[in-house]
Amino acid sequence: MKKIIHILSVLTLVSLLSGACLVGVYKATAQKIVDNQKKATKDAIFKIFPEGKDSKQIDKKDLEIFSVTDAKQELLGYAFTCAGNGYQGEIKIMAGIEKDLNTLVGIEILESQETPGLGQEITNQPFKDEFKQLKTEPNIIYVKGEKPDQPNEIETITGATISSKAVVAILNKGIEKVRQEMGEK
Amino acid sequence: MILKEFTKGIWKENPVLVQVLGMCPTLAVSTKVVFGVSMGLATTFVLLSSSIIISILRKIIPNQVRIAVFTVIIATFVTVADYFLKAQFPDISKSLGPYIPLIVVNCIILGRQEAFASKQPVFKSILDAIGMGLGFTLSLVVLAGVREILAFGTFFNMTIMPEGYTKWVIMALPAGAFMTLGLIISLFNWINMKGKESKS
Repeated sequence: MKKIIHILSVLTLVSLLSGACLVGVYKATAQKIVDNQKKATKDAIFKIFPEGKDSKQIDKKDLEIFSVTDAKQELLGYAFTCAGNGYQGEIKIMAGIEKDLNTLVGIEILESQETPGLGQEITNQPFKDEFKQLKTEPNIIYVKGEKPDQPNEIETITGATISSKAVVAILNKGIEKVRQEMGEK
Repeated sequence: MILKEFTKGIWKENPVLVQVLGMCPTLAVSTKVVFGVSMGLATTFVLLSSSIIISILRKIIPNQVRIAVFTVIIATFVTVADYFLKAQFPDISKSLGPYIPLIVVNCIILGRQEAFASKQPVFKSILDAIGMGLGFTLSLVVLAGVREILAFGTFFNMTIMPEGYTKWVIMALPAGAFMTLGLIISLFNWINMKGKESKS
């Protein structure tokens, strides 16, 4: 009996202290973590729209979309997030699109766990640059091993076809959703 | 004499090269030196903090539930490290992904508690934890250094290979990790053997 009380009291005490310690750490860092995420989103938006000055989230059901305005308060376009499966995990993309919802301004990869050196190349500038001024009508298509010759074509990365295809598929789906949601107005 | 507790983790009982513990983070996060250093230091922090607490509590922890108590203590410090990295170094935290929370199951840490901190006084446990942590970090840096140079042509994210260097992508993949680790362990054993020969 004495043994059991000893075991119970030590376990309870250690767990209580651990809980108290974690509450403190959580309180101290939670705000900073949220701020970091917000900052990462903002940074991505203004990397896509270098002239952008201000961004405002538009209230839409299950769609994270921001209107981006320049220094003169003029609408430059929209930035939206979309996500889907990549080769090894979820890929999350921030994409910028012009007001007419037909031309991409650019993309930034927010999250990805692709293979380093291969699939992870989707986060590099040469691949992201392919999406600048890319037409999205009727949708984005990809070619393999040749230079793109259509305004809505991109070339996949050698050795990372699945990751490149995933980015195109995620964007197509995301753009469709944006058209649905924003077309209602 | 007491210094031996510190140095044994770095060379004679190196957790990666001799005990071959903690292989999951060793192989997975050694693609770049920055990741290796962050992982190594985070693990050292958890190892050191848990060793201190467990060494202090060693006389009151009941033998039957010691593993449960160790795990709660380790998990607490891992969560602290995870939140700290997320708040202060979001980029590193993002690249290491799930491997920071997974320090909980790194067998180096539980192994040192079971084999050392739960039986030894606090000061010795501190030396042991720092030594083991540094040994782990150094092994990761060597492994990640070789892989980063060959796979990306960079070291600590600085380009060091000449223009036009063909990247060995395989070194960034799991196969590259196994090959490099095998070669490093054999080199390590060879140095040890040479050392013994010259002594005798």
